[in-house]
Amino acid sequence: MSVPRAAPPQLARFAVSPARRRRDRLARGVILAATVLALIPLVLIVYYLLRKGLGSWSGSFFSTNPTGNTFFKNSSIGGIKSAILGTVEIVALASAISIPVGIGVAVWLVEYGRDSRLASTVRFFVDVLTGVPSIVFGLFIYIVLIVGTGSTYAGYKGALALSLLMLPVVIRSAEVILLLVPAALRESALALGAPRWRVIFRIVLPTALPGMVTGVLLAIARAAGETAPLLFTAGATLKTNFNLGQFTNSLPVQIYSDVTSPTTAVVNRAWGSALTLVTMILLLNMIARLVARRSRLA
Amino acid sequence: MDSASMPAGDRSVLERSPIARLPDRALRYGLTALAILILALILYFFIRLVGEARPAFARAGVFGFVFNNDWNVGAERFGALPLVVGTLITSGLALLIGVPVAVATAIYATELCPLRLRAPLTVLVELLAAVPSVVYGLWGIFFLAPKLQPAEQWVADRLSFLPFIGGGTVTIPNYFITGLVLAIMILPIVSAISREVMSTVPADQKEAALGLGATRWEMIRMAVLPYCRAGIVGGAMLGLGRAIGETIAVTILIGNAPELGSHLFGQGYSLAAVIANEFGEAQGLHRSALFAAGLVLFVLTLIVNGIARALVLRASRAGGARRGGDDQVGGVGPRVAGTAAGA
Repeated sequence: MSVPRAAPPQLARFAVSPARRRRDRLARGVILAATVLALIPLVLIVYYLLRKGLGSWSGSFFSTNPTGNTFFKNSSIGGIKSAILGTVEIVALASAISIPVGIGVAVWLVEYGRDSRLASTVRFFVDVLTGVPSIVFGLFIYIVLIVGTGSTYAGYKGALALSLLMLPVVIRSAEVILLLVPAALRESALALGAPRWRVIFRIVLPTALPGMVTGVLLAIARAAGETAPLLFTAGATLKTNFNLGQFTNSLPVQIYSDVTSPTTAVVNRAWGSALTLVTMILLLNMIARLVARRSRLA
Repeated sequence: MDSASMPAGDRSVLERSPIARLPDRALRYGLTALAILILALILYFFIRLVGEARPAFARAGVFGFVFNNDWNVGAERFGALPLVVGTLITSGLALLIGVPVAVATAIYATELCPLRLRAPLTVLVELLAAVPSVVYGLWGIFFLAPKLQPAEQWVADRLSFLPFIGGGTVTIPNYFITGLVLAIMILPIVSAISREVMSTVPADQKEAALGLGATRWEMIRMAVLPYCRAGIVGGAMLGLGRAIGETIAVTILIGNAPELGSHLFGQGYSLAAVIANEFGEAQGLHRSALFAAGLVLFVLTLIVNGIARALVLRASRAGGARRGGDDQVGGVGPRVAGTAAGA
């Protein structure tokens, strides 16, 4: 056992043997290398999105609809206006459905259901929903609203598929936050004679609001990037459409159909659309993080 | 007592009038009905999915549907083995590549990195979860796959003596590249759960290991990892569930060839990809077969996620109990579940 130079003589017999120190250094090196490796894809994706995507951004890129002309040279392929607006419409409707329902179920779980058998069953099924692949939600909606009614694709059907996808995320995150509302707050309000519903609407929900906003924003961000549930519920179309009863375009579906094109200009449009979509989602994520930092709970 | 219960009609003044109690009841029963409605809806969806898939199962039996190696749309023969195998190979690869990297990232963030770097590092890894599936597909097919093809071909040539890995020409879309991109996609969730579980390791155990003269790595290996094993395995299984159900990136990257790929760098198909790719123009029995593929996918993820949740929950419970049953015992379970749902 060689004595490390730096160690004072009286500590020498406690020093770590070189073999162990080498192994320690090696293991730390491997762990650091793996961490760096994990960040490489992020850097590459961001770099390529910016390089390829910014090139196709222009005024008309955002203000024109895709034309559908993808095979003829010298014809404009158009922009992605209908896709951006379609995504905003579909996600807005999906949020309008899943947020009240999700928070309602979470309030029920925390305030009324608690540890009852029904509540554990609901929790179990919400967990099941969390794991369901997104394309299966598309199948569900297809069966019920398209096979079941004998009709065709429509924006609101896509929104319903997305709201199914968002529901478990909203319920779970809201439940965790509602559980953090101090029981003393509820008890003092009840002791002052407030009825239960007032306690929920005036005390519990306002206290939990900032925390719940975070979960909701993350759910919206996740839904906005989903392609699979929209493919055969909302359909794909070229024109901008403010009627969710008809085929509605969306950014992910537009990117998906552009990826498979053999024309370079169309693939470049896919990069531009991808940069647009990622920017929208990252903004939502950042707002969610800021709100979470300000929240007193969690 | 007497003054408090001064009769106002025949009820105590402390009691609310029936009308004042109305909103309370409405809220309670309304919310309960909502919760039951959600349950009913999920069950209804499931039953309808089984119903729609039935014609395909009736043709060859459930066993035949899953294990026949013959997906021929033109001849109306639907044996999903190539799809099932494609799903399992790509998600297995994703685990093989993604989990070690994710766990290493979690170890680095919780045990080794300077405190100042911890939060930014966590945010960066979680940003990977914010990138939509279709963007991974786009990046994978136009950047990663062409760049890696020569390297893949080199490996395939060197390892030509190994069945399934070597030989063959490397196509741009293939099993390996799909697994690699899936590995990147599951990294954030596996890493988040591993980190969550590692933070439950009691400080006194780590300090005891260091105090006995262990190096950092020995402390991690002997005090941290054994303590977290179940949780990490659970996190990996949740990642597996994600990888199995991943659709659009796989559809873009796997090549959509309805046959068993002859080797790792060949094209294949997966359960989710077949639905995304063929559903638009499917009719009759074909459509029913795609519903059946969806059902198989659903059941597969259900099993994997069930095991994962049990493991993560057990790990975080054990963590709480061993810490001496302080007030966080109840808190850890839901928090882990919440991370899983939100990540």
